[in-house]
Amino acid sequence: MSSRRSRSRQSGGSRISDDQINDLVSKLQQLLAELRHRRSDKASAARVLQETCNYIRSLHKEVDDLSERLSELLETTDVSSAQAAVIRSLLTQ
Amino acid sequence: MNPHPSSCSNGRSIRTRFARRFLRALKKIGSKGSSSRPSPRDISWRCRRVKIAADASMASAVGPRRVWSRTMLNMLRSRSHACLHASRLGNSRRPGADRHAVGKRKRLVLKRKLPNRLGLNQVNQLRRLVPGGEAMDLDILLDETAHYIKCLATQVKVMRSIVDYCSA
Repeated sequence: MSSRRSRSRQSGGSRISDDQINDLVSKLQQLLAELRHRRSDKASAARVLQETCNYIRSLHKEVDDLSERLSELLETTDVSSAQAAVIRSLLTQ
Repeated sequence: MNPHPSSCSNGRSIRTRFARRFLRALKKIGSKGSSSRPSPRDISWRCRRVKIAADASMASAVGPRRVWSRTMLNMLRSRSHACLHASRLGNSRRPGADRHAVGKRKRLVLKRKLPNRLGLNQVNQLRRLVPGGEAMDLDILLDETAHYIKCLATQVKVMRSIVDYCSA
């Protein structure tokens, strides 16, 4: 992996092979299937990238919504008392 | 220092690092509120602060070892400096958590040699969505995207558990 990274520095005819791209795209496809709990069917690279973009947008939207919800909750919550409990529950997940 | 942060245990440590930082930031934001009824302006200010804190906490939990997190850290740093500077000059404008700022400012789409089947449109979209994506070579972009998505998903998971906990 690191060799790939050092080989494709900015500009100057860095030749990225189709195999590398295929490999990376299929990794993305697998990741998407894993994160969304969906089966990964055969899809074209363009389709995988489109799904990736859509997924990123939906994650951004979720963060926005959750931020709004949290800002409302901050009114009524004492975060200090919640802090330790939240960390503990996250660590045991 | 971990050379390649793709293992499960590392994912968990990013989750913990993010959670700690984010909760710390939330505490600060919460303490700034007035005890009396907040105005709509206060509420929207707080919402923006929470969003910025979420992004900043994640970028800082990952650290500078990824292009996307580096980009985000620089963006947040320069924006907070600009805000400080602006407020000193009497400008009351606050930084919005404009995640897509990098993409919006740089309208230029760098043309690169691509395999046609990838779909130029999708790659360009992706470049605008991933922080720092505009300047990345394609293989780096795809690699960074995978990491970025994992971290975003973690961010959402943690934020959701905090919401659930506080709503109980």
